Amino acid sequence: MNSFFNAVKAVAKRELNAYFNSAVAYVFIVIFLLLSGFFTFYVSNWFEAGQADLRSFFQWHPWIYIILVPAIAMRLWAEEKRLGTLEIVLTLPLKPSEVILGKFIAAWLFIGLALGLTFPMVLSVVYLGQPDLGAIASGYLGSFLMAGAFLGIGTATSAMTSNQVVSFILAVVTCLFFILAGYPPTINIISGWAPLWLIRTLENIGFISHFSSVSRGVIDLRDMLYFLSFMILGLYCNSLLLDWQRQR
Amino acid sequence: MIRVDELTKTFGSKTAVDKVSFTVKRGEVLGFLGPNGAGKSTTMRMITGFLRPTSGSISIDGLLLAEKPVEVRRRLGYLPENAPVYPDMTVEGFLAFCAEARGYRGKSKKLKIGAAIEQCFLAPVVHQRIGTLSKGYRQRVCFAQSILHDPPYLVMDEPTDGLDPNQKHEVREMIRRMSRDKAILLSTHILDEVDAVCQRALIIANGRLIADDTPEGLRRRSSSYGTITLVLGNAVTDRLKKRFEALEEVKEVQVVSQTEAEVILRLIPARREPASAARILSQLEAEQDLLSFAVDRGRLDEIFRSLTGGSNGTGRFTENDQPAGS
Repeated sequence: MNSFFNAVKAVAKRELNAYFNSAVAYVFIVIFLLLSGFFTFYVSNWFEAGQADLRSFFQWHPWIYIILVPAIAMRLWAEEKRLGTLEIVLTLPLKPSEVILGKFIAAWLFIGLALGLTFPMVLSVVYLGQPDLGAIASGYLGSFLMAGAFLGIGTATSAMTSNQVVSFILAVVTCLFFILAGYPPTINIISGWAPLWLIRTLENIGFISHFSSVSRGVIDLRDMLYFLSFMILGLYCNSLLLDWQRQR
Repeated sequence: MIRVDELTKTFGSKTAVDKVSFTVKRGEVLGFLGPNGAGKSTTMRMITGFLRPTSGSISIDGLLLAEKPVEVRRRLGYLPENAPVYPDMTVEGFLAFCAEARGYRGKSKKLKIGAAIEQCFLAPVVHQRIGTLSKGYRQRVCFAQSILHDPPYLVMDEPTDGLDPNQKHEVREMIRRMSRDKAILLSTHILDEVDAVCQRALIIANGRLIADDTPEGLRRRSSSYGTITLVLGNAVTDRLKKRFEALEEVKEVQVVSQTEAEVILRLIPARREPASAARILSQLEAEQDLLSFAVDRGRLDEIFRSLTGGSNGTGRFTENDQPAGS
């Protein structure tokens, strides 16, 4: 167990260093903060709304993640393949699960850091009114878990190819599907003709319905499990893809 | 000991490696020769566990790679083709990652990194980003990664490829130094390298092992092996030719070239062995016109070409030369 932890830590540490050694980390954090501020203040008119909560902040997260999380995930495997360093990593005395988990955790922590840097938002609401801090904490938790689910998709598409652009596009399209699946406008369009079971299924597999309740402060175990199972599924696909490529 | 048994790898309908078997013992440097695309890299990738064989087995110290992959990799150092490294990391950061992934912590980690840096002469660039280094240094960084844990077994895919002659020499020196207590498998298409560092050489073509012998043994198969070239200052060729043909153990005398001043003759002994050449030469001691002589040691490139080049050459020597492992 200890060696498992150390191995995961070694991989995660290298990945985190790789983000910060290149411009990726700084570009990502700045764009994430700018976009979340822009949407909250200019698109949702947070100040005019006069509500001391962060719902208009969280509601944009799926749309920000759809671009930024694939951008973070795309290099995880594709770059190793292009550089040939995958041969070094996979011939170290590490289990594939340790490498996969280490990479995932590094990227997830990194997104978590960017999310954490939005704390001035929280300070603003606390300064301006009496917000429900529980709902805000729940929103952050939900957003972090949702980012993990996006990342699950991103690591799997990165393992498919040695081309980061291909990985990025595949991840964006897949994430878009899961956002649109439960997105109210989509549901409205199909609700006229589609059978009820299809509507329910789409609602259930989509990100939005699971995220919106968490971001309102309703922590439902089913929503947590939904995001967790997404991550597990993504990582499992990741390991199958790697295994298949070595088998080929 | 690395033992490779009936190793086969197919990619779709193409057989890249076809029932290859051999062993490498400690204290031995085994050269892996073959034209590009012959299956050298694929074989090495399977030995290091990067690719999985279609069939056949690989074991190290009796441990099967398929059963104990982590245990086996712990004993292996691997220098992949083109020496891949992370350009964004510093030399020290990269080696630290490899050390941590191999389970070294604290003081032992520092010692291992220090030793690798020293052995590969990386001290001047420790804090530099690998992407800013020259090809020779990058090669050494990757080399350092492969020997960091002082593995008993080393697999190196074209370790001197793309280096200048000085760097090649350095790398060969490093390999020679390490060969005393390690088993080293290295692939190359530079034949001099085989003579310089390897005790034994395998030749592979189209995925098949077609020779497993010492460099000397391979050269012995060369058509010129053991022939004696004589330079004489006497232009009366016919008389010379007759006289040499009369010598004991000489099968044939060929005239290589002939000018006013000198004649070059090639004596082909009846038996191609050093002792035979020596006996012929001893009969020539009284020959006053003899300016110089040379006994041909055979040429690896000729053998390499005849074994691996084209369909006629392939397999020409397989009849009598089963791999030594069998």
